[in-house]
Amino acid sequence: MASGIAPLRPDDRPPLNLTGKRSRQRSEELIRYVLIVCSLLTVLTTVGIVLILVFEAFNFFRDVPVWDFLFGRTWTPLFSGSQQEFGVMPLVMGTLMTSLVAALISLPLGLAAAIYLSEFASARASAILKPILEVLAGVPTIIYGFFALTFITPVLLEPILGGIGTFNGLSAGIAIGIMAMPTVASLSEDALRAVPRSLREAAFGLGATKFETTVRVVVPAAVSGIVASFILAISRAVGETMIVAVAAGQSPAGQSGGSSSIFDLQNSMQTMTGFIAYTFSSDIARGTTAFYSLFGVGLLLFTMTFVMNLVSQWVTKRFREEYA
Amino acid sequence: MIDQVSTPQVSVATGDFRPRVKARQRIGAIWRWLFFAATTLAIVLLGMLLWSIFSPGLSWLSWGLITNPPSRIPEKAGMNPAIWGSIWIVMGSGITAFLLGLGTAVYLEEYATRGRFNDFIQTNISNLAGVPSIVYGLLGLVVFVDWMNMGRSLLAGALTMALLILPVVVISSREAIRAVPSSLREASYGLGATRWQTVQNHVLPAAFPGVLTGVILAMSRAIGETAPLLVVGGASQVLWRPDGPFSTFMVMPLQIYNWTGRPQKEFEHLAAAAIIILMIILLLMNSLAIGLRHHFSKKARW
Repeated sequence: MASGIAPLRPDDRPPLNLTGKRSRQRSEELIRYVLIVCSLLTVLTTVGIVLILVFEAFNFFRDVPVWDFLFGRTWTPLFSGSQQEFGVMPLVMGTLMTSLVAALISLPLGLAAAIYLSEFASARASAILKPILEVLAGVPTIIYGFFALTFITPVLLEPILGGIGTFNGLSAGIAIGIMAMPTVASLSEDALRAVPRSLREAAFGLGATKFETTVRVVVPAAVSGIVASFILAISRAVGETMIVAVAAGQSPAGQSGGSSSIFDLQNSMQTMTGFIAYTFSSDIARGTTAFYSLFGVGLLLFTMTFVMNLVSQWVTKRFREEYA
Repeated sequence: MIDQVSTPQVSVATGDFRPRVKARQRIGAIWRWLFFAATTLAIVLLGMLLWSIFSPGLSWLSWGLITNPPSRIPEKAGMNPAIWGSIWIVMGSGITAFLLGLGTAVYLEEYATRGRFNDFIQTNISNLAGVPSIVYGLLGLVVFVDWMNMGRSLLAGALTMALLILPVVVISSREAIRAVPSSLREASYGLGATRWQTVQNHVLPAAFPGVLTGVILAMSRAIGETAPLLVVGGASQVLWRPDGPFSTFMVMPLQIYNWTGRPQKEFEHLAAAAIIILMIILLLMNSLAIGLRHHFSKKARW
């Protein structure tokens, strides 16, 4: 491109070998196959994930009907005998409620930060603010879990909500929100920056103020990228494990004794990921229904995040505004 | 939000136009301030995060934390096995993901013809990047620990982690390869070099700094990942540093998880101190990546 000549397209590259020497031809072919195997390995990973989750979950669904799993309202896999129940609803509610809290924090804050950085901030301000957002994005999630347990709950929430439990869904949701905010901010900022300058200038020319231009012209033009960043952030919140494992507690929503509601964010609220993590941190016997239930929950979790990621990609493609 | 924007009132019949510029600009100024406040909240949050770690952790920092094995007595407890475990896991997964990821990236950028297969692999990689990390743990548990009979070993953990960071390595390697100007390739082809000779002697050396930066960033993600290793390795205490690929292992974030979960306050403070060490290592790795990028970007001339 720098040379000023049109770049070589992959399809008009020369053949693998021009010399026609046998040995060289063979090694060129061999290398090509090795590289193909490398790239097929990524496909194999996806196939492996799907097959393993489905097969192992199949063992689980032989013992527990799918219907009872999806719509049952009690989750007590580690109990014994007849007290054992596999209704995943409380775990799903735990995931949805913590993700909702996370979304309420990360989406507005992330979008506001993106708008500020792309439309308002001076070069100096963004030189300071963007690295800070990157640091927040790079902090291992176990540290956010520690933060939720030892700071958000006792220091920030306790004074406001007196009766809040040591482990609660709210603090985990807030921590996930803080973790996901930089994702929203950086992806939305990219989308906003991709809106051509001419659109803004046209709006200014018609007498719109800076704010009106931003909200009525720039944001709508970038909406596909913004929505995609929202969905991606929610998908990450749903899949987040260590924050909820540390801070959200180990009994499913509504089963902690203190409360009876599965919407109760102030008490222990195990999520799908939290259940998987907790079960593995307290060694579990292989081959039991409880063990296979891990894969039933894993399959549900994978399906939820997979669908969200597909929707996010579809939104990006389908609603992208193209400017020539 | 859109409804709150006040618009100029235009009445065509009377020709009466009231721009209300002052009011509209005041609204704009308020919103601008709100956007600014949301962004600077990130600084406040980062400050609170650091404070919540440093205020309990700083006084618990000691050499013992680095050199001692875990213990029931918090004053004696350290995370020496976890530090070694992290080093082995990160090196193992980094090297594996580097080889596989670079191979994939070279194939997609230099060999594959544009078409459905290429698109399919690309979609697949971006989907893999969105799979929750704990699901990789379940994959590793079944494939590496059970089927391949590796047990809950260092090797199984490193391979699981390699699969987890592979999409990141592929994406950054592709970008690095794409940034190599095509004039380099054309010159090489023009002199009669084969495809692989071109890749080996010209494309890879030019792309190497970018690839390396991507791998280091992926490794710094691997060092903080906890969930998949919790599934593959379990959370029980490991008292010895790993002595081979099939040894049991512990990593720093798992040790932190373990200590955070205990009822005694002392262990919570110990966890904070361990977090400080983990963050220092992360900072060093990221600085290394930035430094490398800077060093090589001065050298590259095309």
